[in-house]
Amino acid sequence: MGIRVDHLVKNFGATRVVNDVSFEVRPGELVALLGPSGGGKSTVLRMIAGLETADSGEVWLDGERVDHLHARERQVGFVFQHYALFRHMTVGENIAFGLSVRGVAASEQQARVTELLEVMGLRGLGDRMPSQLSGGQRQRVALARALAPRPRLLLLDEPFGAVDAKVREELRRWLRKLHDEVHTTSIFVTHDQDEAFAIADRVLIISQGRLEQSGSPVEILDQPATEFVARFVGDVNVLTGVVRDGRAWVGGVGAEVQGLAEGATVNVVVRAYDLKFWRDDEGPATVRRVMTIGDRVRVEAWLDRAAAPIFAQFPRRSSLLHGVEAGCRIAVEITQARAWPTPGAAE
Amino acid sequence: MNHGPSGRAGALALRGGVTAWVTALVAVPVLVLAWRGIADGPAAFWAAISDPAAVDALWLSGWTAAVASVLNAIAGTALAWVLVRWDVPGRRAIGALVDLPLAIPTLVAGVLIIALFGPQTPIGHWLVGIGIPVAFAKPGIVLALLFVTLPFGVRAVEPVLEELDPAEEEASYTLGATPFYTLTRVLLPPLFPAIAAGAVQTFARSVAEFGSLAAVSGNIPHRTLVAPVYVLGEVEAGNPSGAAAVSLVLLAIALTLQPLGAALARRAGARRA
Repeated sequence: MGIRVDHLVKNFGATRVVNDVSFEVRPGELVALLGPSGGGKSTVLRMIAGLETADSGEVWLDGERVDHLHARERQVGFVFQHYALFRHMTVGENIAFGLSVRGVAASEQQARVTELLEVMGLRGLGDRMPSQLSGGQRQRVALARALAPRPRLLLLDEPFGAVDAKVREELRRWLRKLHDEVHTTSIFVTHDQDEAFAIADRVLIISQGRLEQSGSPVEILDQPATEFVARFVGDVNVLTGVVRDGRAWVGGVGAEVQGLAEGATVNVVVRAYDLKFWRDDEGPATVRRVMTIGDRVRVEAWLDRAAAPIFAQFPRRSSLLHGVEAGCRIAVEITQARAWPTPGAAE
Repeated sequence: MNHGPSGRAGALALRGGVTAWVTALVAVPVLVLAWRGIADGPAAFWAAISDPAAVDALWLSGWTAAVASVLNAIAGTALAWVLVRWDVPGRRAIGALVDLPLAIPTLVAGVLIIALFGPQTPIGHWLVGIGIPVAFAKPGIVLALLFVTLPFGVRAVEPVLEELDPAEEEASYTLGATPFYTLTRVLLPPLFPAIAAGAVQTFARSVAEFGSLAAVSGNIPHRTLVAPVYVLGEVEAGNPSGAAAVSLVLLAIALTLQPLGAALARRAGARRA
């Protein structure tokens, strides 16, 4: 049961946009495809829905191979970024569309529409036209329309991309809650990591057509499988260092790393919150800027011996910030880091 | 420009000038024509309009325009679809060709059709042989109308189609609809006002078409003589009140269709919002 994608490949002209992607989604799971824009994640979603034909590879739904089926035969619900509501139909007609296509009795359609309007918090809006609704409401109508025929799988392509930040936050919480109630196996595409981590049971990171890593939000954050994932997720420093005595050394600052050869030149990836700065006149770095961003403070410094910028974030009231100001020298401690051999470097 | 008394005087003069211009150019001739048509009394008007040659000419203009409108609505929508949705090579060339009939004098358009389908040409000869004469016959009239009105159908639908999100079609498919169901329930309804506006414009233009039809139709009374050419014939035959009566009917058709077309075009535009 659930869905399985095997070795999907898709080229647009000479460009390979999806390169051998395979994964499984268990029944009832809510999975995010996360990655930079243009990385191929929407194309994966569209191939699962049948809106795009794979050049090779297989799609299995509930143990049935579906990649040769037309989109209309797959029973997969799809929610588009810009809603794609039928503009000449009322909200109720939009939601009922997938039912009237299948020739469901009018009374049954009406009951399902009423039920979904209720679930979506759209009670009483059934007779409105889509143009009379807000962006957040339109996207909920689109979701209700996709769910009405009880699809085997729900796909959402950047579903909150077209609404403003505040509504997006609300819709996220609301989608998670809806999923906990309805349990339709769901995959959504996003380039927003907060969104992926806030909602999904599992996150698949896709970049340049490849699946980089699959894991829970905590696994992705704490055990990035590749340098790309480590760089992509969160706010990070990427510093060049050399491995000695099991530590990667960057401008006189050591970080514990594992599984790397002595003497290797490495890219050390350090999250902004895995660093400690404190005032120390003998320290290896000089503070350049101190910025207060809401409840956090971002400190940007220059690591002299590495001749590289480095930044860290602290809670606003952190005791580490005492006396830290532009121009002063600071001590630097890397509490957690991951490193990968620098491509093309000797040894 | 709008400050001070001199600015206001200038604005008044401009408004007066524009009004006088439009009145002299449009309103006065229309009123004169209306008066000429009915000046000799209802009986004379009725006699002129019920002349069998006039009735046949009006009927011919009406039904050929109707056929052209329907065909152009279908072909124009299909063409607009290709121009908007297909990224095929030659799309720009097709786009330029669509507008060409606007640039060609319509009399020349008629001559083009005769040059291609005239009885002395191989195609024309063959068509006469199988019983579908084009030149100097009714099919030629419809063909000439389709030629001169080609841009209307396409250009009315194109902007609305551009606004239509292809995702609506895709949504329809993922909800289980067939291509035919999607066409009739999802695609055509929002396009309908624009298609209708294009058809009304085509009809209005077709009823009034003169140049190409004067060349193509052969102008045989009761058979291939269309209303505008009939009007010219009456003028030349020294029957100005007969000409005015039929003109008045053509005018009434135009004045009815113009606001209808405008209302449909507005509705097509409103749908986009």
